[in-house]
Amino acid sequence: MSPETPSAAIGAAAITDEHPPRLAHHFDSYAQQRESATLGVWIFLVTEIMFFGGLFTAYILYRSKYPEAFIAGSHQLDVMLGTINTAVLICSSLTMAMAVRSAQLGRNKAIAGFLVATIVFGSVFLGIKATEYHHKFVEHLVPGDDFHLALEHLPTHHGKPVTSELPTGIVGESRADVALPTAGPKDIQAHTQLFFFLYFGMTGLHAVHMIIGVGLLAWLIRPSLQGRFDGNNHNYVEGIGLYWHFVDIVWIFLFPLLYLVGRHG
Amino acid sequence: MSAHTDFPAHSDFPEPIEEAPEPYEHYLNHRYGLASWLLTKDHKRIAILYLISVSFFFLLGGAMAVIIRLELTTPEGDLVQADIYNRLFTMHGIIMIFFFLIPSIPGVLGNFLIPLMIGAKDLAFPKINLLSWYVYVIGGLFTFYALLTGGVDTGWTFYAPLSTTYSNTPVVVVALGVFITGFSSILTGLNFIVTIHRMRAPGMTWFRLPLFVWAHYATSLIQILGTPVIAITVLLLGAERILHVGIFDPKLGGDPVLFQHFFWFYSHPAVYIMILPAMGVVSELVAAFARKPIFGYPFVAFASIAIAVLGFLVWAHHMFVAGISVYAAAVFSILSMLVAIPSAVKVFNWTTTLYKGSISWDTPMLYALGFIGLFTIGGLTGVMLATLGIDIHVHDTYFVVAHFHYIMVGGAIMGYMGGLHYWWPKITGKLYSKFWSKVGALTIFLGFNVTFFPQFILGYLGMPRRYHAYPNEFQVLNVMSSAGATVLGLGYLIPAVYLIWSMRYGKDASANPWGAIGLEWETNSPPPVENFDKPPVVTWGAYEYHESRVAPSLPPPKQEVMRVT
Amino acid sequence: MIIPPVQGFLPNSPLFPPRASEMAREIDLLFFTTLGVTVLFSSVIAALLFYFMIRYRRTSPTQVGVYLKGGSTLFLESTWIIVPLVITLVFFAWGARIYFAAARPPPDAKQFYVIGKQWMWKIEHPGGRREINELHVPRGQAVKLKMTSEDVVHSFYLPAMRVKTDVIPGRYTTLWFNADTVGTFHLFCAEYCGTEHSRMVGRIIVLEPTEYERWIGGESPAGASSVPSGEDLFVAKACHTCHRTDSTARAPMLWGLIGKTVHLEGGQTATADETYIRESIVNPAAKIVAGYQPIMPTYRGQLSEEEIIQLIRYVGSLKPPTGPEPTPSERPAGSSPSPNESVR
Repeated sequence: MSPETPSAAIGAAAITDEHPPRLAHHFDSYAQQRESATLGVWIFLVTEIMFFGGLFTAYILYRSKYPEAFIAGSHQLDVMLGTINTAVLICSSLTMAMAVRSAQLGRNKAIAGFLVATIVFGSVFLGIKATEYHHKFVEHLVPGDDFHLALEHLPTHHGKPVTSELPTGIVGESRADVALPTAGPKDIQAHTQLFFFLYFGMTGLHAVHMIIGVGLLAWLIRPSLQGRFDGNNHNYVEGIGLYWHFVDIVWIFLFPLLYLVGRHG
Repeated sequence: MSAHTDFPAHSDFPEPIEEAPEPYEHYLNHRYGLASWLLTKDHKRIAILYLISVSFFFLLGGAMAVIIRLELTTPEGDLVQADIYNRLFTMHGIIMIFFFLIPSIPGVLGNFLIPLMIGAKDLAFPKINLLSWYVYVIGGLFTFYALLTGGVDTGWTFYAPLSTTYSNTPVVVVALGVFITGFSSILTGLNFIVTIHRMRAPGMTWFRLPLFVWAHYATSLIQILGTPVIAITVLLLGAERILHVGIFDPKLGGDPVLFQHFFWFYSHPAVYIMILPAMGVVSELVAAFARKPIFGYPFVAFASIAIAVLGFLVWAHHMFVAGISVYAAAVFSILSMLVAIPSAVKVFNWTTTLYKGSISWDTPMLYALGFIGLFTIGGLTGVMLATLGIDIHVHDTYFVVAHFHYIMVGGAIMGYMGGLHYWWPKITGKLYSKFWSKVGALTIFLGFNVTFFPQFILGYLGMPRRYHAYPNEFQVLNVMSSAGATVLGLGYLIPAVYLIWSMRYGKDASANPWGAIGLEWETNSPPPVENFDKPPVVTWGAYEYHESRVAPSLPPPKQEVMRVT
Repeated sequence: MIIPPVQGFLPNSPLFPPRASEMAREIDLLFFTTLGVTVLFSSVIAALLFYFMIRYRRTSPTQVGVYLKGGSTLFLESTWIIVPLVITLVFFAWGARIYFAAARPPPDAKQFYVIGKQWMWKIEHPGGRREINELHVPRGQAVKLKMTSEDVVHSFYLPAMRVKTDVIPGRYTTLWFNADTVGTFHLFCAEYCGTEHSRMVGRIIVLEPTEYERWIGGESPAGASSVPSGEDLFVAKACHTCHRTDSTARAPMLWGLIGKTVHLEGGQTATADETYIRESIVNPAAKIVAGYQPIMPTYRGQLSEEEIIQLIRYVGSLKPPTGPEPTPSERPAGSSPSPNESVR
């Protein structure tokens, strides 16, 4: 059994040859390196699903527990901006897929171009998100001691705002003789704050992933301009592409759950 | 002669070769200097880094246990104040679970051995392996910092609203430490899965893998699926503490029981992260020291996977009296019974393996036997706890404390010690004192049982957990337990001494001092940097002692018989 | 319970706590049986291990074990999968039956209330008598406890009765037992709750029924505590301004509420138990009764847990109003409420 006989199983490079360029020393072939990288990224994405999953679970539970507050909170979000962001992200996934394709074909200049396009789309997304956050900050909708849902945004009930103030003592048949409160009801405030906590938590976590993604994409530009990627060796582009698509898909779930509560019909 | 003559003739192992190996380059003398260790990508060196750090945390957690047991020798809380005591048991739990039990076997033995056992040069992602160690250390530093500033007093279970609203201790810092360290676990699991899938040597099919590898594969599945959930749980805990949002605090509209669900969804599978690797070690030890294939290999392999899967379905058995619906409780109780079965299968298979074996009484085997016995007791008391009617009485008492220490200390730590003793010659190239290692094993076994068996009785008598002071009638059993703890503590010091001593003064080990079968024994002790001089090609099953097979592609291994020093 | 009484059957010993109820005996019987099975299995395994270790001890450095070739392992594996499975399922069923029984107080059980707070137990008897860290009960009378916490999660544990239930803030949990042995036994908090967790202990004192009557009728009659009665609270907190007995215009009537099925806005229903009533007081917007406006203010922070309990007991004691028909509300036409109909 001579060591020169290559192993049949995986098309190994003969060990006595020079170790091929850009093949890590512990791998036997480009195929093994590529398959390992891909499997690794997929497993990492599974962990991300479990990570976001906890927040999604909390969201589902509390939405079914406090539907009115969640509707009120959701209506504070800007659906137009959210929709634009969704479109932006989908476009960014297109350019990312093009970048990966270019990498597979070894067209390094094209990779760089598509990476830049993806970064631009990603930055637009983040910019719009920052604007939305700013609006929320100004409107006192950031969870914390300053949180306050303004009166006119309180959830309504058959057209009348849901309040819970003490009656003034006037006995009557209708609501008209009970004075409107000047402060919002404490519980609706607390539950709407919970909605916004989940909003900031989930979109914030998503945004952190986006920022990291943009950073990774920028990091890839230099090697692609240096012509480093080809059919055998483009694992980083493919892996980061998978990551980017995953972040996109998370947004596809976040958008309807957060922005479109109670907006049907 | 022996009964062995009844069966088809087989050949013996090659005669042992006794001369010491020639000096050669291996992973320890390949490069020197701090940077060569702190920036290494060699899985074997990273294993040593883990060995040093988990030992540090074990010492820390152990010191806390000593103070706890000292306090509990008297019914009054007279050694330390209640607040201090509460911090002690909390930090003991956090350190032992997150910084010792979870990383120890995978980080030390898994890292070192998996590439060797499958015939690879390294893990799939060496840099991520190093990163996992740094992440672990950083998380540990956070927790250590919290310890220095007084520690946390919520219990390692961090129940809300105590942890979110009422505790005045650095909960967020510790939560952050746990969060960060969780990523170490995730990265290790990820690395192992890809390695086992993609880096096996030619001919190393799944069913030729050592059961140690199967066990780590199952562990890694749990690590990647479960750990992110505790990560998000501690994040939510921290957010609630800082922002007063109301996810878990009922005064703000939250649900405290929701925290328990989130917490246990990870923390129950986590206990399988702690025990599965030890079971993998025991499979190796039983095979090597009975010189036989493990009986029912496919069943043991699949039992690991079954434990991993079922382990995710039983979390609410920690919540039987927490106000969950009785029907939910019934479902979780049945599932908990189911998860006990694969563990029982393993115990039966190991025991059957010994039948007509050629059994050596070397120290690693003593630890393996200790594991099987103590794990059986711990596991069966787990079945008792899963029985709803019994749990009403013993939940949150010392019965539970005894149960999990039987599994974690009597099981997991014994597995770790056994593995450390078995592979020590491979890792360090040195032999340790046979006599003192047996003294150590015996001391640990005796000390352990005297410490924890009385706690079963205490628990059934009604002594609750986490009690700083207790009624007088519980004192006798507590004193027994503390006496045992003293012996146990000494027992752990003994291996520390002779193992460290052996690194300097121990005899050199040959490639295969135990006469065992496994790819790790086909290379010298310590292994060369790239593990094998020539990459192996595998044409045999995991434990084919009867074939007295020698890898045809490699020179015959040098064998040495352990001598009493 | 179908299992016959087992008084004389089980060993008494300082290694086990006293058994002060029928359920304690049942649980002990289950425990001893599982213990027996555990000891049996462990002994068999240990014995086999020892025997094999000695019998098949290695006799020469190069000896290997015997590979048992031929024959399928399937039979053995199936046996030791199925047998433990059957045994554990038997224990499951037995344990589940006890657990279900422990969750269902008998209809004649007397209602006590327990409030846990850091770090004491506040207990109230059916007649209003209050205790701290002590619970006097009559022998032979089923006692059910409705419990909540003012702060963190606690757990009410009576080892002698073998019962324990967590005590959770924001909701009620229940526990019941029937003490059949006179004596004094431990009460522990069994869920870690902060600094003085180990001192949140007390006693349960089981008295002969006549002794209990004497004790309960003794000093500190029901009204002498500082907590006002439910009726006083109902007026003081202005509940009566909406929950009237002569009109259902603003709020539903409350008599006969406990246990009724309530129809809510949005079509769901809820059972009006104590948890529902407590929620209606502290978080009224959570469930709006069908046909009503969500105008009830929240009393969160304005009532202590004890006061809420007083109110619940008061509501439970309300009788149907006598007098003229209540004025109809804005609801669509429907029948007037009768004791058998759900509250509309």
